[in-house]
Amino acid sequence: MATTTILYAALTIGLIGMIAAIILFFVSKVFHVEEDPRIDEVQACLPGANCGGCGFAGCRAMAEAMVKTMDLNVAYCPGGDYDKIGEILGIKAEAREPQVCVVRCNGTCENAPAKVNYDSAVTCAFANSLYAGESSCPFACLGCGDCVDACQFDAIHINPETHLPEVNEDLCVGCKACARACPRGVLEIRNKGKNNRRVFVACNNKEKGAVARKNCKAACIGCGKCAKACPFEAITVTDNLAYIDFTKCKACRKCVAECPTGAIHAVNFPEKKAPVAAEAPAETTTPAENA
Amino acid sequence: MYRLNVKKKKSIMNDRIPQLAGELATEISKELKSDIRKLGKKTFNLGGVHPEANKFAHSAEVVTFPLPDQAVVYMTQHLGAPATPIVQKGDKVKVGQLIGEAQTFMCANIHSPISGTVNRIDMIADISGYKKPAIVIDREGDEWDESIDTTPDIIREIKLNKEEIIARMKDRGIVGLGGACFPTHIKYMLKPEQKCEYLIVNAAECEPYISTDNRVILERTEQCLIGIEIALIASGAEKAIIGIEDNKPRAIAALVEMCKKFTNIEVQPLKIKYPQGAEKQLIKAITGRSVPNGALPISVGCIVNNITTMYVLYQAVQKNKPIIQAYTTVSGKSLPKEQCKIFRLRIGTPIRDVLNAVGIPEDTGKIISGGPMMGKAIANLDAYIAKGMGSLLFMNEKESKRGEVHPCLRCGKCVAGCPMGLQPYLLHAYSNLKRYEDCEKSGIMNCIECGSCSYICPANRPLVDFIRVGKAKTGAMIRARNAK
Repeated sequence: MATTTILYAALTIGLIGMIAAIILFFVSKVFHVEEDPRIDEVQACLPGANCGGCGFAGCRAMAEAMVKTMDLNVAYCPGGDYDKIGEILGIKAEAREPQVCVVRCNGTCENAPAKVNYDSAVTCAFANSLYAGESSCPFACLGCGDCVDACQFDAIHINPETHLPEVNEDLCVGCKACARACPRGVLEIRNKGKNNRRVFVACNNKEKGAVARKNCKAACIGCGKCAKACPFEAITVTDNLAYIDFTKCKACRKCVAECPTGAIHAVNFPEKKAPVAAEAPAETTTPAENA
Repeated sequence: MYRLNVKKKKSIMNDRIPQLAGELATEISKELKSDIRKLGKKTFNLGGVHPEANKFAHSAEVVTFPLPDQAVVYMTQHLGAPATPIVQKGDKVKVGQLIGEAQTFMCANIHSPISGTVNRIDMIADISGYKKPAIVIDREGDEWDESIDTTPDIIREIKLNKEEIIARMKDRGIVGLGGACFPTHIKYMLKPEQKCEYLIVNAAECEPYISTDNRVILERTEQCLIGIEIALIASGAEKAIIGIEDNKPRAIAALVEMCKKFTNIEVQPLKIKYPQGAEKQLIKAITGRSVPNGALPISVGCIVNNITTMYVLYQAVQKNKPIIQAYTTVSGKSLPKEQCKIFRLRIGTPIRDVLNAVGIPEDTGKIISGGPMMGKAIANLDAYIAKGMGSLLFMNEKESKRGEVHPCLRCGKCVAGCPMGLQPYLLHAYSNLKRYEDCEKSGIMNCIECGSCSYICPANRPLVDFIRVGKAKTGAMIRARNAK
């Protein structure tokens, strides 16, 4: 009795299994999807964090796009092994400078004192839709931390004292996810520069000098002194705002000494270059003349 | 189950009104009272909340505010594109002269509120702190444009026909003064297949504190009703119904009394419930019709306009007067009761002047333009009065602080309170997670941003804040998809 029950059960299940296997075999033949095997290979060369910084839904979507267009420049992934991808696709990968995120705002609580208190949903997107900001500068960082949420690498944090984001250069990969999340375009992805030394304008304000200065002591007033001082023509002033082209900048720091408001920041330079700092005040005796 | 809670609250609400009812008892005759009782009370069925009414300025008369020495007239005082300045620096302008012209469809004309010389055309920060194009005018005397009839006589006879009235609305820059500042002439430009059956006049004034409509009705009853007659001609509707909440008994009495002179205008008292003054809720309350999702009121044969808009329409058509004044309730808990006033201000008056006139009390934590439920906190006090700035509210420190935010309790109060039948807790979560497709499926675009959910939430969650962000992003996503 017991053996026949087991036998029947085993036979029935085995038969169902076989029928299902035959159906599946034919279905897999009929509905077979031809997929480029290179997509898997390219995907393996990408970091697999699915951070979305490249603008695609994830690493696989970017790999698909690269294989489809046979172009390495559809988007840029700083963590991708481009030499290997180039090998797989048979294209030569160009050399790229490592990049990092910089904060183009220096509206600390001291430089740009708060005129109003914000007490609502803590997201930059919402604050931006409501008002110009605590310091009334409509271009400044709002300090609610949408960039912190966007960063998948834990590389950006809001400093509780200054209410400004600070980037951890070792962790930042330059994926642009934070720059995309910022409603005001305060964050910029720039080349890391030689020995990590770089010079940039830490201001995003396009208002006239006097107006900008009223809200923030450290604002760029668009006086153009830096542009005149630059020997490499790397600095342009548009809409009352200076911009340093990182591809042309040689990090000579002449502009840093010229800037009357200290809006130009030079980072990671050794401290003891005292003579440069000593010369600076002598040259900028009348800082406000162009304000 | 939740409905029951709402009903209980209502009975508490009704207990707060007796002072006003007492006022009514002394002034209104018995016949009129029975007439009003016969009209019954209606309301909308879905959701709604009962904030404290606090109508401190209810019996304060409208005070004309002194003319400013310099007026700053923003070019964006309405929903849509900014108007284009047509005057230049140094030009002499008169009161009511056209200075900003509407050059696109969604736009309204702007007129000079004072006479004088154009000082400059500049970018000037509005109440949010963002800079907007504006014309600065230095005042010299008070000389009015010749085409405007400045006599106080009431003109009953309407000489213009439908097309002329709509053209006049556009020319005189009439916008809805309920708060959104929607250009009124666009509402009346109907397609041939559309027919307007009812003109709904919104006098609900469901937001706490604000008493502007109440005072305009009491002081300018006949003008308001002539305005409604004009709007009836423009819309082609046969009947106009004024929806008014019953915490304004004197205004109801005045309207009922005056309506006897007019054949096709009716008054409909409404039960107190927020947001009764929202377009779709008002239509539901008065006609019982539901406006479909994503459709305009005209799809159910209704046009909704605010009663103060009807008054300015009367001025525009009968007196050729553009909107150059704003009726502003200045009220709030931190202000002494006798300082709660309603001002008739010229547009472009500095908000500072108004604040100095009443004095900012020590206890003030926040000043709001618009009602406490939907209005906007003023981030820049050096801004200027614009069209439709119906109130300036002084909130005290205690009121203006948000409570500590706790995790969602899943109590469902926001769902019960939502007048559009949405699930605010869910929309908040989707918006927070940036899942805008899910936002769209859950009907985020139907949200009227009334703030009932945030008001009723026992965990103080910023529901409407996140829903607004989500709505803006979802709207952008839908537009991008349709453009493809």
